[in-house]
Amino acid sequence: MTDVQLKNMTLNFGPQHPAAHGVLRLVLEMDGEVVERTDPHIGLLHRGTEKLIEHKTYMQAIPYFDRLDYVSPMCQEHAFVLSAEKLLNINVPIRAQYIRVLFDEITRILNHSLQIAAQGLDLGATTPFLWLFEEREKLMGFYEAVSGARLHAAYYRVGGVHQDLPDSLIDDIKEWLSGFDKIIEDIESLLTDNRIFKQRTVDVGIVSAEEALNWGFTGPMLRGSGIAWDLRKSQPYAVYDQLDFDIPTGVNGDCYDRYLLRIEEMRQSANIISQVLEKLPSGNVIIEDSRLNPPRRDEMKYSMEALINHFKLFTEGVRVPEGEVYTAVEAPKGEFGVYLVSDGSSKPYRCKIRAPGFPHLQGLDFMTKGHMLADLVACIATLDIVFGEIDR
Amino acid sequence: MDRHKKIEKLINSRFSNRGIETKIINEELTLTLSKSLLIQVVSFMRDDKDFLFKQLIDICAVDFPNRNERFEIVYHLLSVKLNQRIRVKLSVAEGDLVPSLVSLYEAANWYEREIWDLFGVMFSDHPDLRRILTDYGFQGHPLRKDFPLSGFSQVRYDDVEKRVVNENVNLVQDFRSFDFESPWEGPEYLDKPEDDKE
Repeated sequence: MTDVQLKNMTLNFGPQHPAAHGVLRLVLEMDGEVVERTDPHIGLLHRGTEKLIEHKTYMQAIPYFDRLDYVSPMCQEHAFVLSAEKLLNINVPIRAQYIRVLFDEITRILNHSLQIAAQGLDLGATTPFLWLFEEREKLMGFYEAVSGARLHAAYYRVGGVHQDLPDSLIDDIKEWLSGFDKIIEDIESLLTDNRIFKQRTVDVGIVSAEEALNWGFTGPMLRGSGIAWDLRKSQPYAVYDQLDFDIPTGVNGDCYDRYLLRIEEMRQSANIISQVLEKLPSGNVIIEDSRLNPPRRDEMKYSMEALINHFKLFTEGVRVPEGEVYTAVEAPKGEFGVYLVSDGSSKPYRCKIRAPGFPHLQGLDFMTKGHMLADLVACIATLDIVFGEIDR
Repeated sequence: MDRHKKIEKLINSRFSNRGIETKIINEELTLTLSKSLLIQVVSFMRDDKDFLFKQLIDICAVDFPNRNERFEIVYHLLSVKLNQRIRVKLSVAEGDLVPSLVSLYEAANWYEREIWDLFGVMFSDHPDLRRILTDYGFQGHPLRKDFPLSGFSQVRYDDVEKRVVNENVNLVQDFRSFDFESPWEGPEYLDKPEDDKE
C-alpha cells in the first residue's frame, strides 16, 4: 500500500446554520470527523450598543438592554437600572423590588425553556420544542400585560418599574403556575431518561471547576461544574435575601448535568414566583422623585412647573452624579454586569456591558477539542449563547 | 464592608511605596496602579489565600481624550470562594502597550481582543490580537470618543453589480445632537450642592 498523505481539513460552520443559534461563524480544523480546533468568528450582529448608549439619556438607554440577550430581556434591564440607582443613591420602593424579582424569574423560565427546547431540537427531539414554546407564549403574555410588549418590554425604570400590575395578572400567574409542574414533568419524561438524548449529552463537553473559573464562566456553566455560586444568594440584590430557594449544582460538568440543572432552576424559579405572589406588598411601584418620575397628567394641566418638569425629564433626562459603579445580576445565562461611568451629565459617559455569553463562547474551543463534529452542536446548545449579547 | 478595608490594608502592606492607590467608593474597592505592576499584583491577588481572585470577570477600556494618558483599562476580578470583588485600573497613552493577562486568565483573550478592536489599545504578549466584533477589513476604533456615531462607511447591496458594496456614509440630513442641558433648574428639580455652599 502506498503512503497516503493525511491533512487536516478546515471547515466553515455557519453563519447560517440552524444549530449555530443565530449568526455564529465557526472556522473548524477537522481531523476527519474529530474537531481539532474551533475558532469562532463573532460580531456579525454587532450594533454598537455601547456607543449608542453614550449618546442617549438613561431612560432612553433601557430599551437597548432588551435587545442584548433577546431571550431574557428584563434581567438585563435590571442590571442597568441597579447601576444607575447606585450612582444616584436612591432606594427603590419595596413593591417595585418584588415586581422586579417576579419578572426576573419569569424571564429565567422563559430563557431556560428556550434553551432546553433548542437543545432538544439540536439533538433531534422536536416535541419539547413545541411544548415549551406554548409555555413561552403564556409567559410573554404576562410581559405584554405589564408593558404592552411581548419581548422587548422596557418595563424597568431607574427608581422602580413603569406601572403597576394590572388587577387580574396575579390570578393569571397563579393559574399558570398551578399547571407548570406538570409541564416540567412532561418535558422530563421526554428527555431525562431518553437513551438518545443521554448518548448525545452525557460526558460531552466536560468543564472542570478550575477550567470554568479560569475561562470566566458564570451561571449554569459554572454551577454545572459543582461550584455553588449564584449572585442571588451570594450578593443578593432586590429582595432575593427574603426569599427561600435552593441553588442546584452539577457533579460532572457535562452537558447532561447542565440540562438537569436548568430543569431544576425552572422549578426553583416557579417556587420563587409563588413566594413573591404571596408576599407582594402594596405601595408605590416607582420612587416619588420629580427628577426621575414624570408628574401626574392632571397636575400638568394647571402647574407650569410640572409641565416644564415633564418636558425636561423626557428631553434632558436625569443628571447622574459623577462616579463609576459595577453592578451585576444573575441573569439566566450567568453574571450580567454593567460598568457605568458617569461624568455628571444626563448621558452615560461609558457603559460597558459584561455579557455572560462572551466568555462562554470563548471556551467552546477547549470544550470541543477531540470531540466529534456532532458533539460540537451539543456543546453550542449547552452554552446557551445568544448573539444579541455576545456581539452587543 | 470590613472585607474591603482588610483587602486594602493587605495590599498596602504588601506593595507599600509602589504607587498603588486604593479607594472605596460606592462600596466598591478600586486599585489604581501603573502598568508595570499589573502582572505582579494580579497574579499575587489570584493565588494569595486572603484574595483568591480566581476569576477575571471583565476587562474594559474608557476613553478620556483630554488626558495625557488617554485610555483607562479597567479589570474586574471576582473571588467565588471569599465572595469579594475588586476593580483594578491603569492608564495608558495612545500607542502604549499593556501587558496581557492571558498567561494568568484564559478569559482575558477575547476581552483584550475587544479592547484592541474598539479602542486601538495594544497588548504585549497576546497570542492572537485580531479584531473581534467589527467587520472583516474594518478601519478605525469605534468606541473612541472622536469616532462619530454614524461611522465613516456603510454597506449596501448593489443591484447592478450584484454584490454588497462598501461606500462612504451619506446622510440625507446631518446627524443632529441636541444639547438639552439648560440653565433651568426647577425648585425641586435638581440638587444644587455647589449653590448651597455659597
